[in-house]
Amino acid sequence: MPNTKLRRLRRWGATSVAVALGTTALAACGSSDDSEGEGKAESGPVSLTYWSWTPGMDKVADLWNEGPGRKDRVTVTVKKQASGDTLVTKILTAHKARKGPDLVQAEYQALPTLVSNDALADIAGEVDGVKDKFAEGVWQQTTLGSDAVYAIPQDSGPMMFYYRADLFKKYGLEVPTTWEQFADTARALKKKSPGTDLTTFSANDSGLFAGLAQQAGAKWWTTEGQKWKVAIDDAPTRRVADFWGGLVKEGAIDNQPMYTPAWNKALNTGKQIAWVSAVWAPGTLTTAAPDTKGKWAMAPLPQWSGGENVTGSWGGSSTAVTTDSRHKAAAAKFASWLNTDPEALTALAKEGGIYPAATTAQTSDAFTEPPAYFANQPDFYTRAADIAKTTAPSAWGPNVNVAYTTFKDAFASAAKNKSDFGAALRTMQDDTVADLEKQGFEVAE
Amino acid sequence: MTSARRRSYGVKGAPYAFLLPAAVLFALFFALPIGYAVWLSLHKVQVKGLGLGAGARSEVWAGLENYADTLSDSELLDGALRVLGYGALVIPVMLGLALVFALMLDTERVRLAPFTRLAIFLPYAVPGVVAAMLWGFLYLPDVSPFHFVLDRLGLPQPDLLDGGPLYIALSNIAVWGGTGFNMIVIYTSLRAIPAEVYEAARLDGATPLQIAVRIKIPMVAPSLVLTFFFSIIATLQVFSEPTTLKPLTNSVSTTWSPLMKVYQDAFGKGDIHSAAATAVVIAFVTLLLSFGFLRAANSRNKQEAAR
Repeated sequence: MPNTKLRRLRRWGATSVAVALGTTALAACGSSDDSEGEGKAESGPVSLTYWSWTPGMDKVADLWNEGPGRKDRVTVTVKKQASGDTLVTKILTAHKARKGPDLVQAEYQALPTLVSNDALADIAGEVDGVKDKFAEGVWQQTTLGSDAVYAIPQDSGPMMFYYRADLFKKYGLEVPTTWEQFADTARALKKKSPGTDLTTFSANDSGLFAGLAQQAGAKWWTTEGQKWKVAIDDAPTRRVADFWGGLVKEGAIDNQPMYTPAWNKALNTGKQIAWVSAVWAPGTLTTAAPDTKGKWAMAPLPQWSGGENVTGSWGGSSTAVTTDSRHKAAAAKFASWLNTDPEALTALAKEGGIYPAATTAQTSDAFTEPPAYFANQPDFYTRAADIAKTTAPSAWGPNVNVAYTTFKDAFASAAKNKSDFGAALRTMQDDTVADLEKQGFEVAE
Repeated sequence: MTSARRRSYGVKGAPYAFLLPAAVLFALFFALPIGYAVWLSLHKVQVKGLGLGAGARSEVWAGLENYADTLSDSELLDGALRVLGYGALVIPVMLGLALVFALMLDTERVRLAPFTRLAIFLPYAVPGVVAAMLWGFLYLPDVSPFHFVLDRLGLPQPDLLDGGPLYIALSNIAVWGGTGFNMIVIYTSLRAIPAEVYEAARLDGATPLQIAVRIKIPMVAPSLVLTFFFSIIATLQVFSEPTTLKPLTNSVSTTWSPLMKVYQDAFGKGDIHSAAATAVVIAFVTLLLSFGFLRAANSRNKQEAAR
């Protein structure tokens, strides 16, 4: 999802436009407008439609159309989409009318929702040998713990710690390797320069919190037989919530949201000197803090106990074949090619700016040079690949969207009032369970 | 004879033929979607087991369950109260300003009237989302020029995106954008008042202020009712301003206004059924409030006419 993140800053604007269109979307909800998603059922040339938000995906598809696709007479047409949750809604609406495209891009946490709506096809039979190209923790997200395969991983977002190397030196700070040191660093900075914050706790991106919880060992959704178990309010996540809540309460860090003009300014002027983020951060920093190019450095995420070496992931997406597709085998073949073929992956990295999920691609030629913004750290991608290997497995459920929405409201209000983050976490757990039960899911206690 | 009968039949059918296009459009794009929304609101999704794979999800009859949930939802009530507070700020200020501007433009000795009229109207031409983004930048303490100036002058800098001031911040956007439109409506009806009326008043020795209060305002009362009616509906449906400001602050939740809750339920949580129920309730309340107001205004007019 790096490409999503690259444009996160512009998302404020994009969301606003979406707001203007929102009413229209409501009206159009019951109807379907895309009949081109269906290919011809007869033998002969096959034409596939692919909904993706990755910039330059059409160029990557052209490589297929002129290469392996030409041989099989399979043509892929890319239709550019809005990213993330907006696309999930659109896919589900199209699926309701049985007119979904053949292939869709989907974030990992959206897969259970899509599978639960029977929108994604099981392509286990078509993707032999693909599994080995990916890290275990990444692949497991596309199987939902079953024998089925619902998607092929495309990009991943291993989390890292970004900091202003020059200002850390100036304030005499050490790069924290544990969260305890992180808290001490925040406090030490406050003492030396009261107007400066180490970072902010932002409640407007649930993915960050989910990634941090994942690093702490949380498994928010698991299955027990035919029942779902929700463990959002369990020990690992509570540890994360209390940690950040404590820092906000004592005023050691800021409590204002990310991706605002004010946040950009804080990063650009050294008012905030670190950011817990993921591998796609260079893109975001390039637009948010252009004046500080070359002054940042990347380090592994602080750990909960010394000697540990785990990270979470924030973002990342996959390519899935829909149940509406009449050419599932051809679509699955394209999805495998797109995410495992070296030529395709290089093109994806170059045209789409993604960080590939396929492990061999992470050290390919496309990643020998550091991102321009991090020219001062030549081994950026070598270190990134090492960190990516330590990604903890994640566990998504069928109503991640509800948990994420509740997070935003509950934690925004807790951050604003500097009140108990534990209470906000309980709200998140309760609302998620209540929603599952309302829908009729069996929920284990 | 046959031709005569056909002709008379044709004349009889003519009104219906003329009505047909409007009726078809009404049925297709108004009645049918509303009917579908009501149908959705009476159903819900039922999941079996883990809810994975084909056939795990089905749409079942829910009766009034969604409505019961909607009406007992404290968040929706809170949202309604927030919107009420917002409306109590927006409507009097916006209509008051619109009336004052219209009266001022209607006086005889005003200079640069066309330019002023355009200048006051122009913000209405700015889309609400764009206006909210513009104001958002001006409100954010770290990037706001106002805060910069206040800081330089050593004055306190209020945070407009939090607590009570948030209502002022949101109202300000609506007032800025809506005053011009309402002013034009009132101004147009002021221009329609015949000049003889003023002449008679002046001969009777009325001052400009008396003319404004005793003659102009009563005579434009129907436009005031109309603008008030529109403003009530616009207030109940407030959506784009708070949604645009939401990413900038921790103080605006995703369910700040009732309509935001509908959007959140439908597209955030993917629960289109409860969203439909909430939408129907909002539509009903809007209808009740706005037509209740129109009725009250009409009966008052009749009373006055009877006097």
